[in-house]
Amino acid sequence: MLLHALLGGVVFGCYFTLIGLGLNLVFGVMRIVNLAHGDVLMLGSFAAYFLFHLAALSPLSAAPLIVIGFFLLGLPFYYLVVPRLAASRDAEMLSFILFFGVQQIIEALAAIAFGSSERSIPARVLGIGAVHLWGQSLPRAWVISALVALAAVLALYLYLYHTRLGLLTRAVMASREEARASGIDIHRVSAIAFGIGLALAGLAGVFAPFMLGSITPAMGSTINLAAFAVIVVGTLGNPLGTVLGGLVYGVGLLMMQTYLSAWADLLPNLLLILVLLVRPSGLLGRRVRLA
Amino acid sequence: MPRAARDFLRVGVPVVLLFALLPLFYQNELLLFNFVLFLILTQGLNAVYGFTGYLPFGYVGFFGAGAYGFALAVMHLAAPPLLALLLAGLAGVVLGLILTPLLRLSGAYFAIANLAAAQMVYQIIANPALADITKGPYGVSLASVFAPRASYAVALVILAFVLGLVAWLRHGRFGLALQAMRDDPVSAAMAGIPVLRGRVVAWLLSALIAGLAGGVFAWHISVFYPETAFDISISIFAIVFTLFGGAATLTGPIAGVLVLYGLYNVIGISVPQYFQLIYGALIVGLVLFLPRGFASLLSRRGIDVP
Repeated sequence: MLLHALLGGVVFGCYFTLIGLGLNLVFGVMRIVNLAHGDVLMLGSFAAYFLFHLAALSPLSAAPLIVIGFFLLGLPFYYLVVPRLAASRDAEMLSFILFFGVQQIIEALAAIAFGSSERSIPARVLGIGAVHLWGQSLPRAWVISALVALAAVLALYLYLYHTRLGLLTRAVMASREEARASGIDIHRVSAIAFGIGLALAGLAGVFAPFMLGSITPAMGSTINLAAFAVIVVGTLGNPLGTVLGGLVYGVGLLMMQTYLSAWADLLPNLLLILVLLVRPSGLLGRRVRLA
Repeated sequence: MPRAARDFLRVGVPVVLLFALLPLFYQNELLLFNFVLFLILTQGLNAVYGFTGYLPFGYVGFFGAGAYGFALAVMHLAAPPLLALLLAGLAGVVLGLILTPLLRLSGAYFAIANLAAAQMVYQIIANPALADITKGPYGVSLASVFAPRASYAVALVILAFVLGLVAWLRHGRFGLALQAMRDDPVSAAMAGIPVLRGRVVAWLLSALIAGLAGGVFAWHISVFYPETAFDISISIFAIVFTLFGGAATLTGPIAGVLVLYGLYNVIGISVPQYFQLIYGALIVGLVLFLPRGFASLLSRRGIDVP
Protein backbone atom coordinates (compact mmCIF):
# COMPACT_ATOMS: atom_id res chain seq x y z
CA MET A 1 0.00 0.00 0.00
CA LEU A 2 2.70 2.48 1.03
CA LEU A 3 5.03 1.39 -1.76
CA HIS A 4 2.22 1.65 -4.29
CA ALA A 5 1.35 5.15 -3.14
CA LEU A 6 5.00 6.16 -3.30
CA LEU A 7 5.56 4.71 -6.77
CA GLY A 8 2.33 6.15 -8.09
CA GLY A 9 3.28 9.44 -6.47
CA VAL A 10 6.58 9.54 -8.32
CA VAL A 11 4.84 8.75 -11.60
CA PHE A 12 2.25 11.45 -11.01
CA GLY A 13 4.99 13.75 -9.80
CA CYS A 14 6.72 13.48 -13.18
CA TYR A 15 3.48 14.37 -14.90
CA PHE A 16 2.81 17.32 -12.59
CA THR A 17 6.32 18.51 -13.31
CA LEU A 18 5.35 18.67 -16.97
CA ILE A 19 2.25 20.69 -16.04
CA GLY A 20 4.29 23.27 -14.14
CA LEU A 21 7.35 23.31 -16.41
CA GLY A 22 6.12 25.70 -19.08
CA LEU A 23 4.54 28.04 -16.54
CA ASN A 24 7.77 28.28 -14.61
CA LEU A 25 9.85 28.88 -17.74
CA VAL A 26 7.58 31.75 -18.79
CA PHE A 27 7.69 33.23 -15.31
CA GLY A 28 11.45 32.86 -15.06
CA VAL A 29 12.15 34.56 -18.38
CA MET A 30 9.43 37.19 -18.54
CA ARG A 31 8.42 37.75 -14.89
CA ILE A 32 4.82 37.48 -15.98
CA VAL A 33 2.22 35.15 -14.55
CA ASN A 34 0.48 33.18 -17.26
CA LEU A 35 -2.82 32.49 -15.60
CA ALA A 36 -4.10 30.98 -18.86
CA HIS A 37 -1.59 28.11 -18.62
CA GLY A 38 -4.22 25.57 -17.53
CA ASP A 39 -6.47 26.62 -20.38
CA VAL A 40 -3.72 26.21 -22.95
CA LEU A 41 -3.31 22.72 -21.50
CA MET A 42 -7.03 22.19 -21.98
CA LEU A 43 -6.68 23.21 -25.64
CA GLY A 44 -3.89 20.64 -25.97
CA SER A 45 -6.22 17.98 -24.59
CA PHE A 46 -8.93 18.90 -27.07
CA ALA A 47 -6.43 18.93 -29.93
CA ALA A 48 -5.33 15.40 -28.97
CA TYR A 49 -8.96 14.36 -28.61
CA PHE A 50 -9.94 15.56 -32.08
CA LEU A 51 -6.76 14.25 -33.71
CA PHE A 52 -7.56 10.84 -32.21
CA HIS A 53 -11.27 10.71 -32.96
CA LEU A 54 -11.29 12.43 -36.35
CA ALA A 55 -7.85 11.66 -37.78
CA ALA A 56 -7.26 8.38 -35.89
CA LEU A 57 -3.90 9.69 -34.74
CA SER A 58 -2.65 8.10 -31.53
CA PRO A 59 -1.72 10.59 -28.79
CA LEU A 60 1.94 9.67 -29.10
CA SER A 61 2.06 10.65 -32.77
CA ALA A 62 -0.21 13.64 -32.17
CA ALA A 63 2.12 14.97 -29.47
CA PRO A 64 4.88 16.31 -31.79
CA LEU A 65 2.28 18.01 -34.01
CA ILE A 66 0.71 19.68 -30.98
CA VAL A 67 4.07 20.76 -29.61
CA ILE A 68 5.03 22.42 -32.90
CA GLY A 69 1.60 23.95 -33.38
CA PHE A 70 1.44 25.47 -29.91
CA PHE A 71 5.00 26.77 -30.19
CA LEU A 72 4.09 28.57 -33.41
CA LEU A 73 0.95 29.99 -31.79
CA GLY A 74 2.98 31.37 -28.92
CA LEU A 75 5.27 33.57 -31.02
CA PRO A 76 2.71 36.03 -32.46
CA PHE A 77 0.81 36.05 -29.19
CA TYR A 78 3.96 37.13 -27.38
CA TYR A 79 4.60 40.05 -29.73
CA LEU A 80 0.97 41.10 -29.59
CA VAL A 81 0.71 41.34 -25.83
CA VAL A 82 3.84 41.04 -23.75
CA PRO A 83 6.09 43.93 -24.91
CA ARG A 84 3.25 46.35 -24.24
CA LEU A 85 2.69 44.79 -20.84
CA ALA A 86 6.36 44.78 -19.86
CA ALA A 87 6.47 48.55 -20.36
CA SER A 88 3.81 49.22 -17.73
CA ARG A 89 4.39 50.13 -14.12
CA ASP A 90 3.44 46.95 -12.28
CA ALA A 91 3.95 44.34 -15.01
CA GLU A 92 3.70 41.31 -12.77
CA MET A 93 0.33 42.23 -11.29
CA LEU A 94 -1.08 43.51 -14.57
CA SER A 95 0.03 40.36 -16.38
CA PHE A 96 -1.83 38.35 -13.80
CA ILE A 97 -5.06 40.24 -14.50
CA LEU A 98 -4.50 40.28 -18.26
CA PHE A 99 -3.93 36.55 -18.55
CA PHE A 100 -6.91 36.03 -16.35
CA GLY A 101 -8.90 37.79 -19.08
CA VAL A 102 -7.22 35.60 -21.71
CA GLN A 103 -8.19 32.56 -19.67
CA GLN A 104 -11.82 33.65 -19.65
CA ILE A 105 -11.75 34.19 -23.42
CA ILE A 106 -10.24 30.75 -24.09
CA GLU A 107 -12.65 29.05 -21.74
CA ALA A 108 -15.66 30.82 -23.25
CA LEU A 109 -14.61 30.09 -26.84
CA ALA A 110 -13.91 26.45 -25.99
CA ALA A 111 -17.30 26.10 -24.32
CA ILE A 112 -18.99 27.65 -27.37
CA ALA A 113 -17.04 25.47 -29.82
CA PHE A 114 -16.92 22.13 -28.01
CA GLY A 115 -19.90 22.23 -25.64
CA SER A 116 -19.46 21.50 -21.96
CA SER A 117 -19.82 17.69 -22.01
CA GLU A 118 -17.02 15.53 -20.65
CA ARG A 119 -14.83 13.75 -23.20
CA SER A 120 -12.09 11.17 -22.99
CA ILE A 121 -9.59 9.15 -24.98
CA PRO A 122 -9.55 5.44 -24.10
CA ALA A 123 -6.38 4.55 -22.19
CA ARG A 124 -5.85 1.39 -24.27
CA VAL A 125 -4.51 3.44 -27.19
CA LEU A 126 -1.27 3.75 -25.18
CA GLY A 127 -1.02 -0.04 -24.88
CA ILE A 128 -2.84 -2.65 -22.86
CA GLY A 129 -1.84 -4.16 -19.55
CA ALA A 130 0.06 -2.89 -16.56
CA VAL A 131 3.70 -2.15 -15.94
CA HIS A 132 5.22 -4.11 -13.06
CA LEU A 133 7.77 -2.45 -10.83
CA TRP A 134 8.97 -3.90 -7.52
CA GLY A 135 5.89 -6.10 -7.29
CA GLN A 136 3.51 -3.18 -7.86
CA SER A 137 1.48 -2.76 -11.00
CA LEU A 138 0.83 0.63 -12.53
CA PRO A 139 -1.35 1.44 -15.56
CA ARG A 140 0.73 1.58 -18.72
CA ALA A 141 -0.70 4.99 -19.68
CA TRP A 142 0.60 6.49 -16.43
CA VAL A 143 4.11 5.23 -17.01
CA ILE A 144 4.18 6.42 -20.62
CA SER A 145 2.95 9.87 -19.58
CA ALA A 146 5.64 10.05 -16.91
CA LEU A 147 8.34 9.04 -19.41
CA VAL A 148 7.20 11.71 -21.85
CA ALA A 149 7.34 14.24 -19.01
CA LEU A 150 10.90 13.19 -18.15
CA ALA A 151 11.88 13.47 -21.81
CA ALA A 152 10.47 17.01 -21.86
CA VAL A 153 12.48 17.95 -18.75
CA LEU A 154 15.63 16.53 -20.34
CA ALA A 155 14.97 18.40 -23.58
CA LEU A 156 14.48 21.67 -21.71
CA TYR A 157 17.68 21.06 -19.77
CA LEU A 158 19.63 20.45 -22.98
CA TYR A 159 18.12 23.57 -24.52
CA LEU A 160 18.92 25.80 -21.54
CA TYR A 161 22.41 24.49 -20.79
CA HIS A 162 23.79 23.21 -24.10
CA THR A 163 22.63 25.59 -26.80
CA ARG A 164 23.54 29.17 -27.51
CA LEU A 165 19.94 30.34 -27.39
CA GLY A 166 19.57 28.61 -24.04
CA LEU A 167 22.55 30.53 -22.73
CA LEU A 168 20.92 33.78 -23.83
CA THR A 169 17.67 32.66 -22.21
CA ARG A 170 19.45 32.09 -18.92
CA ALA A 171 21.04 35.51 -19.21
CA VAL A 172 17.61 37.10 -19.59
CA MET A 173 16.38 35.08 -16.60
CA ALA A 174 19.25 36.32 -14.47
CA SER A 175 18.76 39.97 -15.32
CA ARG A 176 16.57 41.38 -18.02
CA GLU A 177 18.18 44.81 -17.91
CA GLU A 178 21.76 43.60 -18.10
CA ALA A 179 20.89 41.15 -20.85
CA ARG A 180 19.43 44.02 -22.86
CA ALA A 181 22.46 46.16 -22.13
CA SER A 182 24.82 43.48 -23.42
CA GLY A 183 23.02 43.41 -26.75
CA ILE A 184 20.77 40.40 -26.38
CA ASP A 185 17.54 40.65 -28.35
CA ILE A 186 15.42 40.00 -25.28
CA HIS A 187 12.14 39.99 -27.18
CA ARG A 188 13.32 37.25 -29.53
CA VAL A 189 14.60 35.14 -26.63
CA SER A 190 11.44 35.77 -24.63
CA ALA A 191 9.13 35.02 -27.55
CA ILE A 192 10.84 31.65 -28.06
CA ALA A 193 10.61 30.91 -24.33
CA PHE A 194 6.93 31.84 -24.42
CA GLY A 195 6.39 29.50 -27.36
CA ILE A 196 8.17 26.70 -25.52
CA GLY A 197 6.00 27.38 -22.48
CA LEU A 198 2.82 26.98 -24.53
CA ALA A 199 4.23 23.91 -26.29
CA LEU A 200 4.92 22.27 -22.92
CA ALA A 201 1.39 23.09 -21.76
CA GLY A 202 0.01 21.55 -24.96
CA LEU A 203 2.16 18.45 -24.46
CA ALA A 204 0.88 18.10 -20.89
CA GLY A 205 -2.62 18.45 -22.30
CA VAL A 206 -2.14 15.47 -24.64
CA PHE A 207 -1.73 13.19 -21.64
CA ALA A 208 -4.29 14.88 -19.38
CA PRO A 209 -7.10 12.49 -20.43
CA PHE A 210 -5.08 9.59 -19.00
CA MET A 211 -3.79 11.27 -15.85
CA LEU A 212 -6.53 13.69 -14.81
CA GLY A 213 -9.68 11.98 -16.09
CA SER A 214 -12.16 13.30 -18.64
CA ILE A 215 -11.63 16.68 -20.26
CA THR A 216 -13.96 19.68 -20.29
CA PRO A 217 -13.53 23.33 -21.34
CA ALA A 218 -13.69 24.35 -17.67
CA MET A 219 -10.80 22.14 -16.47
CA GLY A 220 -8.21 24.91 -16.79
CA SER A 221 -8.66 26.74 -13.50
CA THR A 222 -8.23 23.61 -11.35
CA ILE A 223 -5.06 22.76 -13.26
CA ASN A 224 -3.79 26.30 -12.75
CA LEU A 225 -3.90 25.92 -8.98
CA ALA A 226 -2.04 22.60 -9.16
CA ALA A 227 0.52 24.11 -11.52
CA PHE A 228 1.07 27.07 -9.20
CA ALA A 229 1.47 24.78 -6.20
CA VAL A 230 4.05 22.76 -8.13
CA ILE A 231 6.17 25.70 -9.23
CA VAL A 232 5.92 27.60 -5.95
CA VAL A 233 7.08 24.53 -4.03
CA GLY A 234 9.81 23.88 -6.56
CA THR A 235 11.13 27.47 -6.69
CA LEU A 236 9.58 30.05 -8.97
CA GLY A 237 11.65 31.13 -11.93
CA ASN A 238 13.85 28.05 -11.87
CA PRO A 239 12.45 25.67 -14.51
CA LEU A 240 14.47 22.66 -13.40
CA GLY A 241 13.39 23.20 -9.78
CA THR A 242 9.91 22.32 -11.03
CA VAL A 243 10.93 18.65 -10.86
CA LEU A 244 11.25 18.81 -7.09
CA GLY A 245 7.92 20.61 -6.78
CA GLY A 246 6.25 18.07 -9.05
CA LEU A 247 7.58 15.13 -7.03
CA VAL A 248 6.54 16.66 -3.69
CA TYR A 249 3.13 17.36 -5.13
CA GLY A 250 2.65 13.95 -6.76
CA VAL A 251 3.76 11.92 -3.75
CA GLY A 252 1.75 14.16 -1.41
CA LEU A 253 -1.35 13.79 -3.57
CA LEU A 254 -1.22 10.00 -3.74
CA MET A 255 -0.45 9.75 -0.01
CA MET A 256 -3.46 11.92 0.79
CA GLN A 257 -5.65 9.89 -1.57
CA THR A 258 -4.51 6.64 0.03
CA TYR A 259 -4.68 7.55 3.69
CA LEU A 260 -6.91 10.65 4.00
CA SER A 261 -9.04 10.50 0.89
CA ALA A 262 -11.82 12.81 2.16
CA TRP A 263 -9.34 15.69 2.46
CA ALA A 264 -7.18 15.02 -0.61
CA ASP A 265 -8.59 18.03 -2.49
CA LEU A 266 -7.10 20.33 0.12
CA LEU A 267 -3.54 19.38 -0.78
CA PRO A 268 -2.63 21.81 -3.59
CA ASN A 269 -4.02 24.79 -1.71
CA LEU A 270 -2.47 23.75 1.57
CA LEU A 271 0.96 23.20 0.01
CA LEU A 272 0.77 26.50 -1.84
CA ILE A 273 -0.10 28.57 1.22
CA LEU A 274 2.31 26.79 3.56
CA VAL A 275 5.28 27.16 1.24
CA LEU A 276 4.43 30.78 0.40
CA LEU A 277 4.24 31.65 4.07
CA VAL A 278 7.04 29.56 5.52
CA ARG A 279 9.55 29.58 2.72
CA PRO A 280 8.41 32.05 0.06
CA SER A 281 11.48 31.47 -2.05
CA GLY A 282 10.55 27.83 -2.68
CA LEU A 283 12.44 24.78 -1.53
CA LEU A 284 15.53 25.55 -3.58
CA GLY A 285 15.41 29.24 -4.07
CA ARG A 286 16.98 32.36 -2.76
CA ARG A 287 14.76 34.88 -4.53
CA VAL A 288 12.77 37.03 -2.17
CA ARG A 289 9.43 38.46 -3.09
CA LEU A 290 8.02 39.95 0.06
CA ALA A 291 5.95 43.06 -0.06
CA MET B 1 -18.46 70.64 4.20
CA PRO B 2 -15.70 68.01 4.20
CA ARG B 3 -15.09 66.55 0.77
CA ALA B 4 -15.88 63.02 1.97
CA ALA B 5 -19.32 64.10 3.17
CA ARG B 6 -19.90 66.00 -0.08
CA ASP B 7 -19.01 62.93 -2.21
CA PHE B 8 -21.21 60.75 -0.06
CA LEU B 9 -24.18 63.11 -0.43
CA ARG B 10 -23.65 63.50 -4.17
CA VAL B 11 -23.01 59.86 -5.09
CA GLY B 12 -23.74 57.56 -2.17
CA VAL B 13 -27.12 58.89 -1.04
CA PRO B 14 -28.68 58.91 -4.55
CA VAL B 15 -27.61 55.30 -5.13
CA VAL B 16 -29.06 54.12 -1.82
CA LEU B 17 -32.27 56.08 -2.41
CA LEU B 18 -32.57 54.68 -5.92
CA PHE B 19 -32.39 51.12 -4.66
CA ALA B 20 -34.73 51.94 -1.76
CA LEU B 21 -37.39 53.22 -4.19
CA LEU B 22 -36.95 50.77 -7.08
CA PRO B 23 -38.89 47.91 -5.38
CA LEU B 24 -42.00 50.12 -5.60
CA PHE B 25 -41.81 50.09 -9.39
CA TYR B 26 -40.06 46.85 -10.21
CA GLN B 27 -41.24 43.42 -9.06
CA ASN B 28 -38.07 41.34 -9.35
CA GLU B 29 -36.74 42.02 -5.88
CA LEU B 30 -34.13 39.25 -6.01
CA LEU B 31 -32.47 40.95 -8.98
CA LEU B 32 -32.42 44.28 -7.16
CA PHE B 33 -30.99 42.56 -4.11
CA ASN B 34 -28.21 41.08 -6.21
CA PHE B 35 -27.38 44.53 -7.53
CA VAL B 36 -27.14 45.86 -3.96
CA LEU B 37 -25.02 42.86 -2.99
CA PHE B 38 -22.55 43.49 -5.81
CA LEU B 39 -22.47 47.21 -5.03
CA ILE B 40 -21.41 46.29 -1.49
CA LEU B 41 -18.87 43.68 -2.62
CA THR B 42 -17.22 45.85 -5.28
CA GLN B 43 -16.77 48.69 -2.81
CA GLY B 44 -15.40 46.25 -0.24
CA LEU B 45 -12.90 44.99 -2.81
CA ASN B 46 -12.19 48.57 -3.81
CA ALA B 47 -11.33 49.38 -0.20
CA VAL B 48 -8.48 46.90 -0.28
CA TYR B 49 -7.45 46.81 -3.97
CA GLY B 50 -7.98 50.47 -4.77
CA PHE B 51 -6.33 51.82 -1.66
CA THR B 52 -3.60 49.28 -0.89
CA GLY B 53 -2.95 47.62 -4.27
CA TYR B 54 -3.49 44.11 -2.90
CA LEU B 55 -5.83 42.21 -5.23
CA PRO B 56 -7.77 39.65 -3.18
CA PHE B 57 -8.60 37.03 -5.78
CA GLY B 58 -10.23 34.91 -3.10
CA TYR B 59 -12.48 37.71 -1.87
CA VAL B 60 -15.40 35.30 -2.12
CA GLY B 61 -13.86 33.38 0.80
CA PHE B 62 -14.92 36.15 3.18
CA PHE B 63 -18.34 36.29 1.57
CA GLY B 64 -18.80 32.55 2.03
CA ALA B 65 -17.44 32.70 5.57
CA GLY B 66 -20.05 35.38 6.33
CA ALA B 67 -22.85 33.36 4.73
CA TYR B 68 -21.89 30.30 6.76
CA GLY B 69 -21.30 32.36 9.89
CA PHE B 70 -24.89 33.54 9.58
CA ALA B 71 -26.21 30.06 8.82
CA LEU B 72 -24.34 28.40 11.70
CA ALA B 73 -25.46 31.07 14.16
CA VAL B 74 -29.08 30.57 13.13
CA MET B 75 -28.91 26.76 13.03
CA HIS B 76 -26.90 26.05 16.15
CA LEU B 77 -27.41 29.10 18.38
CA ALA B 78 -30.94 29.94 17.24
CA ALA B 79 -29.65 33.52 17.02
CA PRO B 80 -32.00 36.30 15.87
CA PRO B 81 -31.08 37.54 12.35
CA LEU B 82 -29.42 40.81 13.37
CA LEU B 83 -27.18 39.08 15.91
CA ALA B 84 -26.40 36.38 13.34
CA LEU B 85 -25.49 39.13 10.88
CA LEU B 86 -23.01 40.58 13.34
CA LEU B 87 -21.53 37.11 13.78
CA ALA B 88 -21.30 36.85 9.98
CA GLY B 89 -19.25 40.04 9.90
CA LEU B 90 -17.15 38.63 12.72
CA ALA B 91 -16.59 35.43 10.72
CA GLY B 92 -15.24 37.56 7.87
CA VAL B 93 -12.94 39.47 10.22
CA VAL B 94 -11.68 36.28 11.90
CA LEU B 95 -10.87 34.73 8.52
CA GLY B 96 -9.16 38.00 7.60
CA LEU B 97 -7.08 37.83 10.77
CA ILE B 98 -6.09 34.23 10.06
CA LEU B 99 -5.01 35.25 6.55
CA THR B 100 -3.19 38.40 7.64
CA PRO B 101 0.24 36.74 7.13
CA LEU B 102 -0.58 36.63 3.40
CA LEU B 103 -0.06 40.40 3.32
CA ARG B 104 3.66 39.65 3.55
CA LEU B 105 3.48 38.46 -0.05
CA SER B 106 3.60 40.86 -2.94
CA GLY B 107 1.38 41.27 -5.99
CA ALA B 108 0.52 38.11 -7.84
CA TYR B 109 1.68 35.77 -5.05
CA PHE B 110 -0.77 37.41 -2.71
CA ALA B 111 -3.57 37.00 -5.25
CA ILE B 112 -2.80 33.31 -5.83
CA ALA B 113 -2.38 32.50 -2.13
CA ASN B 114 -5.61 34.28 -1.36
CA LEU B 115 -7.42 32.30 -4.04
CA ALA B 116 -6.02 29.07 -2.60
CA ALA B 117 -7.13 30.12 0.89
CA ALA B 118 -10.69 30.78 -0.27
CA GLN B 119 -10.76 27.37 -1.94
CA MET B 120 -9.57 25.76 1.27
CA VAL B 121 -12.34 27.36 3.31
CA TYR B 122 -14.81 26.07 0.74
CA GLN B 123 -13.34 22.57 0.76
CA ILE B 124 -13.47 22.44 4.55
CA ILE B 125 -17.06 23.68 4.79
CA ALA B 126 -18.33 21.52 1.93
CA ASN B 127 -16.56 18.41 3.21
CA PRO B 128 -19.04 15.56 3.84
CA ALA B 129 -17.01 14.67 6.96
CA LEU B 130 -18.34 17.85 8.61
CA ALA B 131 -21.95 17.38 7.50
CA ASP B 132 -23.13 17.34 11.15
CA ILE B 133 -21.95 20.91 11.65
CA THR B 134 -22.08 22.64 8.28
CA LYS B 135 -24.43 20.25 6.44
CA GLY B 136 -21.47 19.73 4.07
CA PRO B 137 -22.26 19.74 0.36
CA TYR B 138 -26.02 19.35 0.97
CA GLY B 139 -26.61 23.03 1.64
CA VAL B 140 -28.41 24.87 4.41
CA SER B 141 -32.00 26.01 4.78
CA LEU B 142 -32.85 28.93 7.06
CA ALA B 143 -36.60 29.14 6.43
CA SER B 144 -37.25 30.10 10.09
CA VAL B 145 -35.70 33.57 9.65
CA PHE B 146 -36.74 34.21 6.02
CA ALA B 147 -37.71 37.90 5.72
CA PRO B 148 -37.05 39.37 2.26
CA ARG B 149 -38.24 42.92 3.11
CA ALA B 150 -36.19 43.26 6.28
CA SER B 151 -33.05 41.75 4.78
CA TYR B 152 -33.30 44.03 1.73
CA ALA B 153 -33.53 47.03 4.04
CA VAL B 154 -30.54 45.86 6.07
CA ALA B 155 -28.57 45.34 2.86
CA LEU B 156 -29.27 48.99 1.99
CA VAL B 157 -27.99 50.06 5.41
CA ILE B 158 -24.77 48.09 4.81
CA LEU B 159 -24.47 49.66 1.36
CA ALA B 160 -24.79 53.15 2.84
CA PHE B 161 -22.12 52.30 5.42
CA VAL B 162 -19.74 50.96 2.75
CA LEU B 163 -20.23 53.93 0.42
CA GLY B 164 -19.58 56.28 3.33
CA LEU B 165 -16.47 54.31 4.20
CA VAL B 166 -15.01 54.54 0.69
CA ALA B 167 -15.84 58.26 0.50
CA TRP B 168 -13.96 58.70 3.78
CA LEU B 169 -11.03 56.60 2.54
CA ARG B 170 -10.70 58.83 -0.52
CA HIS B 171 -10.35 62.03 1.46
CA GLY B 172 -9.70 61.14 5.09
CA ARG B 173 -6.31 61.06 6.69
CA PHE B 174 -6.21 57.28 6.97
CA GLY B 175 -7.18 56.73 3.32
CA LEU B 176 -4.61 59.25 2.09
CA ALA B 177 -1.97 57.41 4.10
CA LEU B 178 -3.07 54.16 2.46
CA GLN B 179 -2.80 55.67 -1.01
CA ALA B 180 0.63 57.00 -0.20
CA MET B 181 1.88 53.56 0.85
CA ARG B 182 0.25 51.94 -2.17
CA ASP B 183 2.20 54.23 -4.48
CA ASP B 184 5.50 54.03 -2.61
CA PRO B 185 5.66 52.01 0.59
CA VAL B 186 9.25 52.92 1.40
CA SER B 187 8.74 56.68 1.18
CA ALA B 188 5.48 56.39 3.10
CA ALA B 189 7.20 54.50 5.89
CA MET B 190 9.93 57.12 5.97
CA ALA B 191 7.30 59.84 6.28
CA GLY B 192 6.17 58.15 9.48
CA ILE B 193 3.13 56.30 8.19
CA PRO B 194 2.63 52.95 9.94
CA VAL B 195 2.53 50.88 6.74
CA LEU B 196 1.85 47.50 8.30
CA ARG B 197 -0.97 48.70 10.53
CA GLY B 198 -2.63 50.59 7.69
CA ARG B 199 -2.64 47.57 5.42
CA VAL B 200 -3.99 45.26 8.10
CA VAL B 201 -6.80 47.68 8.99
CA ALA B 202 -7.83 48.09 5.33
CA TRP B 203 -7.67 44.32 4.86
CA LEU B 204 -9.84 43.62 7.91
CA LEU B 205 -12.33 46.34 6.93
CA SER B 206 -12.79 44.77 3.53
CA ALA B 207 -13.11 41.32 5.14
CA LEU B 208 -15.78 42.74 7.45
CA ILE B 209 -17.70 44.15 4.49
CA ALA B 210 -17.62 40.84 2.62
CA GLY B 211 -18.64 38.97 5.80
CA LEU B 212 -21.63 41.28 6.28
CA ALA B 213 -22.52 40.91 2.61
CA GLY B 214 -22.37 37.12 2.95
CA GLY B 215 -24.53 37.25 6.07
CA VAL B 216 -27.23 39.38 4.49
CA PHE B 217 -27.07 37.17 1.39
CA ALA B 218 -27.71 34.07 3.55
CA TRP B 219 -30.58 35.85 5.25
CA HIS B 220 -32.21 36.99 2.02
CA ILE B 221 -31.72 33.77 0.05
CA SER B 222 -32.24 31.45 3.07
CA VAL B 223 -31.56 28.27 1.06
CA PHE B 224 -28.11 27.88 -0.44
CA TYR B 225 -25.29 25.44 -1.14
CA PRO B 226 -21.56 25.84 -0.49
CA GLU B 227 -21.01 26.18 -4.26
CA THR B 228 -23.28 29.23 -4.33
CA ALA B 229 -21.73 30.93 -1.32
CA PHE B 230 -18.17 30.23 -2.50
CA ASP B 231 -18.76 30.68 -6.24
CA ILE B 232 -15.48 32.00 -7.61
CA SER B 233 -17.39 34.15 -10.10
CA ILE B 234 -18.38 36.36 -7.16
CA SER B 235 -14.71 37.31 -6.76
CA ILE B 236 -14.28 37.62 -10.49
CA PHE B 237 -17.32 39.82 -10.98
CA ALA B 238 -16.30 42.10 -8.11
CA ILE B 239 -12.81 42.47 -9.61
CA VAL B 240 -14.02 43.10 -13.16
CA PHE B 241 -16.67 45.60 -12.07
CA THR B 242 -14.07 47.49 -10.02
CA LEU B 243 -11.46 47.52 -12.80
CA PHE B 244 -14.04 48.58 -15.37
CA GLY B 245 -15.10 51.74 -13.59
CA GLY B 246 -11.77 52.52 -11.98
CA ALA B 247 -10.43 51.46 -8.60
CA ALA B 248 -9.91 53.99 -5.78
CA THR B 249 -12.92 56.03 -6.88
CA LEU B 250 -16.41 56.00 -5.43
CA THR B 251 -18.31 56.19 -8.71
CA GLY B 252 -16.16 53.81 -10.77
CA PRO B 253 -17.19 50.56 -9.09
CA ILE B 254 -20.83 51.72 -8.95
CA ALA B 255 -20.78 52.36 -12.70
CA GLY B 256 -19.11 48.97 -13.21
CA VAL B 257 -21.88 47.16 -11.36
CA LEU B 258 -24.73 49.06 -13.03
CA VAL B 259 -23.35 48.60 -16.56
CA LEU B 260 -21.76 45.15 -16.44
CA TYR B 261 -24.10 43.43 -14.01
CA GLY B 262 -26.97 44.91 -16.01
CA LEU B 263 -25.40 43.46 -19.16
CA TYR B 264 -24.96 40.14 -17.39
CA ASN B 265 -28.64 40.03 -16.56
CA VAL B 266 -29.59 40.77 -20.15
CA ILE B 267 -27.36 38.20 -21.86
CA GLY B 268 -25.30 36.40 -19.22
CA ILE B 269 -27.98 34.21 -17.70
CA SER B 270 -29.24 32.70 -20.95
CA VAL B 271 -25.83 32.33 -22.66
CA PRO B 272 -23.13 32.55 -19.96
CA GLN B 273 -20.30 31.72 -22.39
CA TYR B 274 -20.95 34.85 -24.43
CA PHE B 275 -20.90 36.98 -21.32
CA GLN B 276 -17.69 35.28 -20.21
CA LEU B 277 -16.23 36.06 -23.63
CA ILE B 278 -17.24 39.71 -23.33
CA TYR B 279 -15.77 40.24 -19.89
CA GLY B 280 -12.63 38.32 -20.79
CA ALA B 281 -12.13 40.65 -23.74
CA LEU B 282 -12.98 43.63 -21.53
CA ILE B 283 -10.28 42.67 -19.04
CA VAL B 284 -7.65 42.29 -21.76
CA GLY B 285 -8.65 45.59 -23.32
CA LEU B 286 -8.71 47.42 -20.00
CA VAL B 287 -5.29 46.15 -18.90
CA LEU B 288 -3.69 47.01 -22.23
CA PHE B 289 -5.33 50.35 -22.91
CA LEU B 290 -7.06 51.67 -19.80
CA PRO B 291 -5.47 50.16 -16.69
CA ARG B 292 -7.13 52.70 -14.41
CA GLY B 293 -10.65 52.10 -15.66
CA PHE B 294 -13.12 54.34 -17.44
CA ALA B 295 -12.96 56.92 -14.67
CA SER B 296 -9.42 57.74 -15.85
CA LEU B 297 -10.82 58.95 -19.19
CA LEU B 298 -12.45 61.80 -17.28
CA SER B 299 -9.80 62.44 -14.65
CA ARG B 300 -7.15 62.60 -17.38
CA ARG B 301 -9.03 65.60 -18.79
CA GLY B 302 -8.97 67.31 -15.42
CA ILE B 303 -12.55 66.42 -14.51
CA ASP B 304 -12.77 65.41 -10.87
CA VAL B 305 -14.39 62.00 -10.51
CA PRO B 306 -15.66 61.43 -6.97
